[in-house]
Amino acid sequence: MKNNLEHSEAAAIFNKDVKRVDWHDETLWFVREKRDKAAHQIPEWELLREMASEIKNNVLSNIHDYLLEFESNAQKNGIVVHWAADAEEHNKIVHSIMEKHGVKQMVKSKSMLTEECHLNEYLSEKGIDVIDSDLGERIVQLRKEPPSHIVLPAIHLKKEDVSETFHEHLGTEKGNNDPQYLTEAARLHLRDTFLTRKVALTGVNFAIAETGEIVVCTNEGNADMGAHLADVHIACMGFEKIIPQRKHLSVFLRLLARSATGQPITTFSSHFKKPRDGKEMHIVIVDNGRTTQLGREDFRNSLKCIRCGACMNTCPVYRRSGGHSYHNAVAGPIGSILAPNLDMNKNADLPFASTLCGSCTNVCPVKIDIHDQLYKWRQVLVKEGHAPLGKTIAMNGMATVLANPMVFDLAGKVGRFVMKNIPVLVNNSLNPWYKQREMPAPPNESFREWYKKNGTEFNNKNNE
Amino acid sequence: MSSRTIILEKIKQNQPTATSVLPNLDILGLEAFDVLEKYKTVLKGIGGDFLEVKDYDAVIDFVKKNYALDKRIITTLPELSEIADTDWFNDEPHTLENVELTLIKAHFGVAENSALWVTDALLGQRVTAFITQYLAIVVHKKDIVATMHQGYDRIGDQEYGFGTFIAGPSKTADIEQSLVLGAHGARGLIVFIMD
Ligand code: SF4
Repeated sequence: MKNNLEHSEAAAIFNKDVKRVDWHDETLWFVREKRDKAAHQIPEWELLREMASEIKNNVLSNIHDYLLEFESNAQKNGIVVHWAADAEEHNKIVHSIMEKHGVKQMVKSKSMLTEECHLNEYLSEKGIDVIDSDLGERIVQLRKEPPSHIVLPAIHLKKEDVSETFHEHLGTEKGNNDPQYLTEAARLHLRDTFLTRKVALTGVNFAIAETGEIVVCTNEGNADMGAHLADVHIACMGFEKIIPQRKHLSVFLRLLARSATGQPITTFSSHFKKPRDGKEMHIVIVDNGRTTQLGREDFRNSLKCIRCGACMNTCPVYRRSGGHSYHNAVAGPIGSILAPNLDMNKNADLPFASTLCGSCTNVCPVKIDIHDQLYKWRQVLVKEGHAPLGKTIAMNGMATVLANPMVFDLAGKVGRFVMKNIPVLVNNSLNPWYKQREMPAPPNESFREWYKKNGTEFNNKNNE
Repeated sequence: MSSRTIILEKIKQNQPTATSVLPNLDILGLEAFDVLEKYKTVLKGIGGDFLEVKDYDAVIDFVKKNYALDKRIITTLPELSEIADTDWFNDEPHTLENVELTLIKAHFGVAENSALWVTDALLGQRVTAFITQYLAIVVHKKDIVATMHQGYDRIGDQEYGFGTFIAGPSKTADIEQSLVLGAHGARGLIVFIMD
């Protein structure tokens, strides 16, 4: 099934608006710089990253037992625990809880897992009205778009876009682009939602085996507004969110917000341990391909991800191609590792959407070897015949040229002649190498030609 | 077979066989700095405010001068009953929607990020800290620790149904990265740092 544009095609569309691309690039780089400043204020930053990575390594090798421990402790706390093998089952479980309570409306706070499972579409088909309450999520929801970033869902939009959207859906003043005014409008609109919804769904940042509690981090307080006013709180998590003990939160909470936005911590780091008296709390633990990834030795480290988004903010490809070009709930470098695990055929292009510069690996707070894994995915995908078509043709051509010295020589001559005398043949938009970069000036002769003339002399000199 | 059994079975098969041990966290959070100064600077940096006070009388004075007393003010602190309601703990949480100012106490604060740890025992109702328009939290000077590591040492195996670290007022930067205070929760946070 192939119903989406490849990353490079979608990026080409995004790249048409040069000014906007520059703006997108600079905005994300600004976030990356805030991350650097925050990290540099912590003398033991590198040590913290190492600790986080070690804790997560321990989690990966004991995840079976930790999940059992978590489940039994959560149940002791009065929480109902569900298990979902895939997206479909996850959606069904959530829907069945709504049905049991005869409720047709839900307020949701940000959860990339429900994006991954396409929960909103599923529920709306069943006649359930879902309102996303995180401001960025609400903006993209009104526009019927997916989030373009895991931490900053509406980072691809300018305030004029938001103003237009709010004017259309919330009746704000036309042309009023003031973020303060627009946020206030959303606050009033969502307050009413919070006060009337009986079921609230949230994501999970961390689940603690030792105590059976979950932690949800937000800046807006929307997860809390939803959960504390509703009769039923449903929290959905991929099973890799588990950490062993409560005290390990100290490590992750120090790293998460600093890596994400450069804040010292999110405004609210809420620990839900028990439901309110007389109310219900459910946790849905989801697999959806994670067990497969756990079994792939080269890629299992991607399950250590705490979804801070730092790798996206720093990635030169993400910054200049936009989150939507990744056609996957999680975009950017980490998304490009997770996506082929879900569907190799549909997502074979994503590990190629990288310069392999290693910047992602350098900023990752849990030390995932992101660019190495992208490189490894390329090899797996090519071997299994999933390489993007354009690349296959180019590679086959290249193989012919490289395997035949005469052809190689001729190709070089033709290339240099063309670049010098008819540059427009190369410097045009049909040549993917010309996109976003200038072609180099061609040398007068090839190395082989130079060597033929000067080689002997050179050798003699070296042997003197 | 249930999904639970299948998932757990697959995990058992696929998880790495070599187990890595948990690191020792005791070497973290030992950097030395002026805890109170740091707390104040970071709090200002994230949009919060503070006032150093000697006792609850000073808090009462400040509230009288700076907040509209004809609007609804609630507290969990009996010491503040002169200026705030104390009999709302068992009300339906939705009825708190018209609260202008909430005054509560924190177990402790953390200097490195200015977060304050509160649990439902101190909140009265879980939604209190979020539904209110403005929030004020009292913390004792001696209860401000350096980093999150000392923070979780303090929490230890404390029992609670709900607990949260609050760092500054509710905020968002979702519209073109411009910071706006007061997204859904409190529009302002003032911390009374008490002797
Ligand atoms: S891979 Fe690392 S940097 Fe990227 S989102 Fe996950 S934790 Fe953050």
